[in-house]
Amino acid sequence: MRRVLTVLTRPFTETTGLARWMLVVGVALTAVFVICAIFAPWLAPYGFAQSSDHGVRFQKLAHPSSAHLFGTDRLFFDVFSRVIWGARTALEVVILSMAVCIVIGVPLGLASGYYGGWFDRIMVLIMDAFYAFPSFLLAIVFSFLLTNAFGGSVIAVSLSLSAIYIPQYFRVVRNTTLSAKEATYVEAARAIGASDGTIMRRYLFGNVIQSVPVLGTLNAADAILTLAGLGFLGLGIQSTEAAEWGHDLNRALADAGSGVWWTGLYPGLAIVLLVTGLTLVGEGLNETLNPTLRRRRLLPVVLPSAHPANPTQEEQN
Amino acid sequence: MSRGGSGSLPRYILQRILLVIPMLWIILTLVFLVMRVAPGDPVSAALGSKLNPTQLAQRRHALGFDRPLIQQYWDYLSSVLHLDFGTTFSDNQPVLRVVRDNGGATLTLTLAAFLIALVVGIPLGLVAGRYRDSFPDAVIRLFGILSYAAPIFFVGYLLQAYVAGPLGLPTSGDSSPITSFEIKLHPKTHILLVDAILSGDGAAIEDVLKHLLLPAVTLGLLICGVFIRLVRVNILQTNQADYVEAAEARGIRRRNVTWRHAFRNALVPVITVVGLQFALLLGGAVLTESTFNWPGLGQKLVQYINERDYVAVQGIITIFALAVVLISLLVDIINALIDPRVRY
Amino acid sequence: MAMDLTDETIGTSAMPGPVISARDVRVWYGTTRGAIRAVDGVSFDLAPGETLGLVGESGCGKSTLGRGLMGLLPEGAKRDGQVLFRGRDIFSLSQKAAYQMRGRELGMIFQEPLTRLNPLMRISQHFEETIKQHEPDLSKDEIRDRALEALRLMGIPPTRYRSYPHEFSGGMRQRLMIALALVLRPAFVVADEPTTALDVLVEAQIVQILNDLRRNFQTALLLITHNVGIVAEACDRVAVMYAGRIVEQGKVADVFKNPQHPYTRELLRSTISLTTTGLNYIPGAPPDLVDPPDGCRFHPRCPDAMNVCATKNPVNIERPGGGRVECWLAGPEDQIPAGGKQPLKQEELTVADEA
Repeated sequence: MRRVLTVLTRPFTETTGLARWMLVVGVALTAVFVICAIFAPWLAPYGFAQSSDHGVRFQKLAHPSSAHLFGTDRLFFDVFSRVIWGARTALEVVILSMAVCIVIGVPLGLASGYYGGWFDRIMVLIMDAFYAFPSFLLAIVFSFLLTNAFGGSVIAVSLSLSAIYIPQYFRVVRNTTLSAKEATYVEAARAIGASDGTIMRRYLFGNVIQSVPVLGTLNAADAILTLAGLGFLGLGIQSTEAAEWGHDLNRALADAGSGVWWTGLYPGLAIVLLVTGLTLVGEGLNETLNPTLRRRRLLPVVLPSAHPANPTQEEQN
Repeated sequence: MSRGGSGSLPRYILQRILLVIPMLWIILTLVFLVMRVAPGDPVSAALGSKLNPTQLAQRRHALGFDRPLIQQYWDYLSSVLHLDFGTTFSDNQPVLRVVRDNGGATLTLTLAAFLIALVVGIPLGLVAGRYRDSFPDAVIRLFGILSYAAPIFFVGYLLQAYVAGPLGLPTSGDSSPITSFEIKLHPKTHILLVDAILSGDGAAIEDVLKHLLLPAVTLGLLICGVFIRLVRVNILQTNQADYVEAAEARGIRRRNVTWRHAFRNALVPVITVVGLQFALLLGGAVLTESTFNWPGLGQKLVQYINERDYVAVQGIITIFALAVVLISLLVDIINALIDPRVRY
Repeated sequence: MAMDLTDETIGTSAMPGPVISARDVRVWYGTTRGAIRAVDGVSFDLAPGETLGLVGESGCGKSTLGRGLMGLLPEGAKRDGQVLFRGRDIFSLSQKAAYQMRGRELGMIFQEPLTRLNPLMRISQHFEETIKQHEPDLSKDEIRDRALEALRLMGIPPTRYRSYPHEFSGGMRQRLMIALALVLRPAFVVADEPTTALDVLVEAQIVQILNDLRRNFQTALLLITHNVGIVAEACDRVAVMYAGRIVEQGKVADVFKNPQHPYTRELLRSTISLTTTGLNYIPGAPPDLVDPPDGCRFHPRCPDAMNVCATKNPVNIERPGGGRVECWLAGPEDQIPAGGKQPLKQEELTVADEA
């Protein structure tokens, strides 16, 4: 257990400078939103689709006040509550889509990199084609299609996101597998008769999985932006199903002209802060884990001040 | 293995062009398959509410959606080769004409954003890499991250709410460029800016530029952050390169080493990635056009999606895919011009 | 007091005194654990036209010494001591002065030639950059002539002048590197494992080139290598390094025939040649340089260790055939306490200690 902790905190303890700060700030920011997501029912004063309390209807587009910290929007919803519930939606979607990505992308990349041959070539061609395509456009198309089948639900959007991000995981895992495969200990394992499955599971997986956290966090950041983008275009999650920041911004755009600033500013800020937090974590991890970029905290060197000028003359006891 | 001179450039270009063909084929196949992922058929989805079952069946037959999948695939490929991308459901126009009328605007926006991102992002990345961990580095990196994290529509929203007014720039609420131009210009190239310049009408040019500024800046900022990060990382890695140390061992001063060795070498891989960012830009263009009411292909796409116009969506997506492949070909060629190692 | 660390009468008519005179050089690296004492008190002299071979195991500090002399140390490293180059202490130079000396007076040849040349720059540009940096007043033609001359001496035809680095073979690249390092005729050159990355035939060519250097240009060469054979072929004197210190130095023929230090002896024994029938190796691994052993640093692995070796640092004395050695076996007798000459009871080297 101790060893796990040491490994986990190594990015903090062994680095210095900007990278460390980025990591700290990023983790803090992300943590705030994770807390909001988990404890939404307790933190948010109202439900995300709640337009009245105790039988009294909320005001429409009310200014921020003590009753509604961030004001209300044109659908009579409380903005503050929707921001907090939005965190839960964002995290749900992102975690779901990432899980699917990892479950599909990592084994595919591992197998493709390990076995090579025509399977690998075909997979690479397909994945590259997906990768080359504008990911947001793909997301639009997928959600367009999946919405027909699933409706505008969390699942549809998550699957759309998975579809566009799987190529990235595939590519990274495949590349790492290709280089790890050439290691001599793998050759040795094969020499003593280890099966393909064992080799992949025991030797390569550990190596390969190391690149996933950085990719995962940066991916999560992008996923949240994509989710918000889809919501903005009206293609994602509908307002009554869950709170989603992008969709709220869509409605807020119309309010901009009439001097109503609170319906757009807060959801927008939420997106910026969460994505920034995740990106900082990803970049910070990259700087600390990537040996070519890493800057270690070196203990200062103190040379002996009076050194023997001539060993033949001095006696050392 | 020594050679007299570096490899042949024309041969490399030819090879790359030939490689484009299978790539195109794969993308087209993918688009075809993806579009048929959804259950049910597109005709009912789009027109189900407007037509009765007999009419729907007729339509389905006319458009070929009741034929076997292979047949549809073949039809799709052959029509693409004839540059026939179908006719839209909703407004009965040939998709190609829609693209022609609106594509120019998207192209203008994308290029303008690209330029802004290059001009701002690359120098900032160079500075950040050179002065690692110092204050400028921190500020630049923070800027890069924030510009990426702030969604286009949020930045657009903020700009329109607070900046457009004071600067006298139009917002999405104002009359869009279409109404101010179509009266005056004969669309020759269908690219607003070019048409305006060709017409020589100063007011028209100014109007287009004023409409272009905020959207281009917004979209450019998005990519700017990516460039900054890329260039910076490359500078850091190049600085540790062996040939940099060898140059220092010959007494070349730090600033000369940085300029001649680190910067140039760091920029080479950036060129490749820069070209690939074009794909990112196209995606962002869709959002930007919606936010600013810029009359481009992206806005049209959203409109067709909301009307469930399957054929239109398929056609436009196909065009986008083709554009991306062509751009990456162009980028590869530029890369070969710059990096002598590439031209085997 | 200045020690005479060479055994020849130094001083040609052109250049009196040694080119390099190093005294008590230390190079310590900062790490997350503590300071690594990579070079811990090294002294030597080098005369013009003389080649000094620096041998030792990996990790003994020889590469660090070379870089330390040139001033190419990474962040967190500190160096100490005095190194006189033609009378000037190069350790106390300003940044600017240090840069001026590099390339012109001090040169370096690296191990891996491929990565040491900028792949985007032609060879001509490499040369122009170097020459222009130090002699900015030369015309373009003069620069070109100088570069072509340097290339000619290395056997590279002028038709290749405008080629790119990746168009050359490994051996030619190393010759390019040497030409580039020597184009300004530095008086002192450090060659850090110049042939390790090359195959045997090419190695022989490079060794020949290095041999010619001292004859043609009177260059003082510090040849760092782990290959004892190269030292025998190309060097006048040899310095054997272990755990940051030079344990023995002297004329090559003499040291190889009469090694005074057990490590030198074992090193020579483990060299493989045509007459080798069994493999010899030195058990154990080089010591941890953050916290080196007390007394003589070699004592945990030394087959002839005595009691005094574990407690007192050996004294640096003159060898019978000339040169220096630091080993209690060689004396001085009068400084060994009673009982000190008893053989040392070595702890069993556990399997974990093996490299």
